[in-house]
Amino acid sequence: MDDVVATEMKQADIRGRVGKSHIHDSAAKHVAGEATYIDDIPVPQNCLHMIAAMSQRAHAKIKKLDVSKVRTAPGVALVLTANDLPGVNDISPTGTKDEPVLAEGKVHFHGQPIFAVAADTIDLARAAAKLAEVEYEDLEPLVTVEAALAADEKVLPTEVLTCGDPAAGLEVAPHRRQGKVRLGGQEHFYLEGHVSLAVPQEDGDVLVHCSTQHPSEVQHNVAHVLGRPNNAVTVEVRRMGGGFGGKETQGAQWAALAAVTAVTTGRPAKFCLDRDDDMIMTGKRHDFIADYDVGYDDDGRILALDVMLAARCGFSADLSGAIADRAMFHIDNGYYLSDLKVTSHRSRTNTVSNCAFRGFGGPQGMVVIERIIDDIASVLQKEPLDVRKANLYGGEGRNVTPYQMTVEDNELPEMIAMLEQTSDYAARKKEIADYNATSRIIKRGIAMTPVKFGISFTTTFLNQAGALIHLYTDGSVHLNHGGTEMGQGLFLKVAQVVAQEFSIDIDNIKISATNTGKVPNTSATAASSGTDMNGMAAQAAARTLKQRLIAFATEHYDVAESDVVFSANKVRVGEQSFSFAELVNQAYLNRIQLSATGFYKTPKIHYDRETFSGRPFLYFAYGVAVSEVKIDTLTGETRTTRVDILHDVGSSLNPAIDEGQIEGGFIQGMGWLTSEELVYADDGRLLTHAPSTYKIPACADRPEEFNLKLWPKGRNREETIHRSKAVGEPPLMLAISVHHAIAEAVGCVGAPGHIVALDAPATPECVLDAVDRARASMTSGEKPS
Amino acid sequence: MRSSVRFLLGDEQRELTDIDPTMTVLRYLREFEGRVGSKEGCAEGDCGACTVVLAEVGHGAGGDALTYRAVNACIQFLPTLDGKQLLTVEDLKSADGALHPVQQSMVDNHGSQCGFCTPGFVMSLHALYQQGGSQDRLEIDNALAGNLCRCTGYGPIVAAARAMTEYDAPAPGGLPEAEVIAQLKDWQVGDGVSLDWQGRKYFAPRTTEALAAIYKHHTEANILAGGTDIGLWVTKQHRRLQTVIYIGEVEDLNNLEVVDGVLRIGAGVTYEKAITTINEHFPEFGEIMRRIGSRQIRNVGTIGGNVANGSPIGDSPPALIALGARLVLRCGPDSREMALEDFFVDYGNQDRQPGEFVERIDVPLAASDQMFRCYKISKRFDQDISAALGAFAVTLNDDGNVADARICFGGMAATPKRAAATEAALLGKPWTEATVLAAAGQMTNDYTPLTDMRASADYRMKVAQNLLTKFWLETTEESLESRLVGVAVNG
Repeated sequence: MDDVVATEMKQADIRGRVGKSHIHDSAAKHVAGEATYIDDIPVPQNCLHMIAAMSQRAHAKIKKLDVSKVRTAPGVALVLTANDLPGVNDISPTGTKDEPVLAEGKVHFHGQPIFAVAADTIDLARAAAKLAEVEYEDLEPLVTVEAALAADEKVLPTEVLTCGDPAAGLEVAPHRRQGKVRLGGQEHFYLEGHVSLAVPQEDGDVLVHCSTQHPSEVQHNVAHVLGRPNNAVTVEVRRMGGGFGGKETQGAQWAALAAVTAVTTGRPAKFCLDRDDDMIMTGKRHDFIADYDVGYDDDGRILALDVMLAARCGFSADLSGAIADRAMFHIDNGYYLSDLKVTSHRSRTNTVSNCAFRGFGGPQGMVVIERIIDDIASVLQKEPLDVRKANLYGGEGRNVTPYQMTVEDNELPEMIAMLEQTSDYAARKKEIADYNATSRIIKRGIAMTPVKFGISFTTTFLNQAGALIHLYTDGSVHLNHGGTEMGQGLFLKVAQVVAQEFSIDIDNIKISATNTGKVPNTSATAASSGTDMNGMAAQAAARTLKQRLIAFATEHYDVAESDVVFSANKVRVGEQSFSFAELVNQAYLNRIQLSATGFYKTPKIHYDRETFSGRPFLYFAYGVAVSEVKIDTLTGETRTTRVDILHDVGSSLNPAIDEGQIEGGFIQGMGWLTSEELVYADDGRLLTHAPSTYKIPACADRPEEFNLKLWPKGRNREETIHRSKAVGEPPLMLAISVHHAIAEAVGCVGAPGHIVALDAPATPECVLDAVDRARASMTSGEKPS
Repeated sequence: MRSSVRFLLGDEQRELTDIDPTMTVLRYLREFEGRVGSKEGCAEGDCGACTVVLAEVGHGAGGDALTYRAVNACIQFLPTLDGKQLLTVEDLKSADGALHPVQQSMVDNHGSQCGFCTPGFVMSLHALYQQGGSQDRLEIDNALAGNLCRCTGYGPIVAAARAMTEYDAPAPGGLPEAEVIAQLKDWQVGDGVSLDWQGRKYFAPRTTEALAAIYKHHTEANILAGGTDIGLWVTKQHRRLQTVIYIGEVEDLNNLEVVDGVLRIGAGVTYEKAITTINEHFPEFGEIMRRIGSRQIRNVGTIGGNVANGSPIGDSPPALIALGARLVLRCGPDSREMALEDFFVDYGNQDRQPGEFVERIDVPLAASDQMFRCYKISKRFDQDISAALGAFAVTLNDDGNVADARICFGGMAATPKRAAATEAALLGKPWTEATVLAAAGQMTNDYTPLTDMRASADYRMKVAQNLLTKFWLETTEESLESRLVGVAVNG
């Protein structure tokens, strides 16, 4: 490219350029109530409304299920039991065949759907469902992870990752400590609950509007349950009202039941879960328990570590295998662990099957290692940040992960140094210590924790994406790809990529609903990979089209390829200049194909699941956070007062969108570790199934001061889309710093060397218990191990 | 009484006759008006995705003016719209399609991500905008506490709230305010509303006498005030209520006045209406009120309803009991009065006869030497139900000994209950740490709390005891920082 062209490119500006903040494509519709969600789609008058009847036992044989009175109740068009499904009664996402659409023979959790009712109105459906006669023969339920471990009940086999010789390392380490961590699960609490609207088509086909992050999997599952080929089912989703992983696998059940109803009755059928039903019947983040045995030296450097992780998977596997794997892969967080053994149990409990949730096991792994570091710092009475620094990945000899992937761009030491300075960490730490020495009730704490998060699906074949672009004769563009929009700004970012390729204003690009009829066999919009993969696929499609336009112009006007330049809604062809629309129309008249697909598969990744080694991730995303809190030592209440974040998004495609992901992810993580508590009764009933009892952060919970900076040196060393980095999940784990700041505040009422051992979520009750243990250490003369 | 419901939906008149009296406003909007901008996120008034604004004629210094209140459409019954203007997110754009400043500010500050909660936030902000907006963090938090967002972490929305008043005023369009006022006033004449739908009845009388007469005749009725509890009977428990008597239009139940050193709170007075007066006389109780529900809940919920429904975890009864409040009950033409604590007999059982209703709560203004504190303990500060709520009122005599002690807790027993043994252990003793610790030990004789999803029995007991300590510290140590939210008046 010559200088003239480079200058042209530089001068040209377009709306929606990559790297510039640009408002969400739907923002004006959101604020006017004009953005259509699935429950807002106008339905024909004869639409059926559905509900599921839930098991009233956590574990039982179904001795009797008589729905005859339900079938004849007023307004009821169809009742579905397991026997009424035309195809297979299974929607397990990974082929484990352990997740029925409707319970068959046995129920495995309190709230499991046992039959579904479709009626003229939701009220009639609900009233009819009460007429069923169900008898159970109770079986012993396993409600807790501990109970499942004791009974050796698993949804998948236990996995072990070993590197080095941890047993020997533990023997010879100068210091050694064993501990236990309990961390709770998390409800997604997307504001829009699960919803599917199935519309019957000819030939017994069906169109399903489904609030899902994974339209292809819903399509395939619906086809299986219908007993039809995949091409009989089309799934479409324009947008979701939040997903967070909760709509990766969990939408198939409602889509399948609605589809069967639509095909059976010939009437549209809507399955819209109300909040309680959604919280009871759909999965959540896995709660974990961890036992650890760590050996370390006088500097706090970890020499050997043996960790047992046990995850509450619920009654079926769902994605628990990959989630538990990711917890194992993130037990190192940003730290070099030379000698490590991780044993991962995937415990089967009689509770709802847990599923993907932002971070996907990674957060749980990180919480464990960060807790271990704090324990070490407590025992050695060292500044926790110094212990963290001592353990970070480094250069040659300290740069290989336990799964044998080399950390090539270890950014954390530099990022920590920068944030330490900009957050004024050391001075504040000292000022807080002075405050705590005199404040009788309120104590403060501050902590810095890092994040290193691997980007790619660990199931390698999922790392593929497709896109479809049409150019119309007026120069307007239709864009479609396999990614789904749940608020994260994916559609906007991909449109920016396409606008940049054609050098046209983003307004010319029509963003369209994800549809399995347009781009097939897609992967879930998950693992933070949406932009990385769909952006690259769309770029490939755009480049194909652009190349065709260049080839046409080159031939038609007899100029060199380098003399065809796309710039600011115009195309210069030699000495002439056309609008983009003019050139496209000319191409059409000359019979140039103006539609193209694009495809992307993530390079470099490979991974041997037998040995837990390879390169499961294309790259790592990094971040660092400092959080400061206040706690009330008489009540256990906490409040986060200041947060400083430095986060690496590579070269940002859209800083405003990325910052929104970071801030929102942080607050969501803070909720997980503080106020959000899932409580199960002894009989397995979930007691917290509405916002009245399950408390996500509210407006006033955000920190009084929130300083967020994107890492100025961020530029992905891998060839990702415009050298950006994924941002969906990693920021959630920055909130681990809040938990450690709380522990720090608790620790100041304890004896030197006291280990706070704060579990999560750090509810007022959990914190007050920790305060009381700390106070007791002042009198008990507790000795650190 | 009129057998129809009349209101303005935006600029358009509606007169409905054939309606289910307990249909929610949200369902009506989405299913009958095709206004699907308002969303259902929880159907219990906890998430705010359904927030709409009600405009009513108020009487300001400059004469009649519209007042705007954000409410949760998901638990608001349709007939309660009578005589009001209902504004939804669809009403905000100007006629030329331009976004309202509230909307534009949300767009410009990246206040939406998934967008599902956004219409509700926009309407809460719209109510704040109509009140002049605010730059104050607490004011904005109070306006938004009832709106949950799971995507943004709230920062961008708060930025939008701060910036919204900087935009040019929206272009005038639609029905001028004067015409709205004239229309609503025109509709206000008459003696209320009476509906009969498939044998189910709804009454909205306008005087206490009429209310008493109707209730005496329909003792099966449920008295509806804000509906923040009864609404959930319909949306969550799917109950069909046979007869509903709405007291929101009864003018004399809406009185809030000080008479002879007693604050009289009419049964229809909302939290939001009462909060300024309560703050003036009992700032500690005012801070508790600020944390009851959310703005949307407080805009319709009443102190009278909080008392009348007899919940063991209502937040106002413990404070009122500690303050020595008395309750006035009305049945037909007859009234009777009792100490509020005597009203709560047992779980689900109050001293109330068929046809008898709460008319008023009388709170004696405290003597200046009374020490009074309230503490609400919950997993989240805003819009959460208390695990425990403690209210402490202690007066010392000239020797520094405890002359009077009234301690009442919610969440510790089947009813709001005084800590009799603890109080006895304080009486006559010097106000010292030793006295307080000894008295706290008595709490196990006063309460046997339960374990539930909000807290364990152990925590409840421990925190109740600790709160007595906190109360003592706050009343004896000067300039002690003792609160994470709200302002403690120390010393």
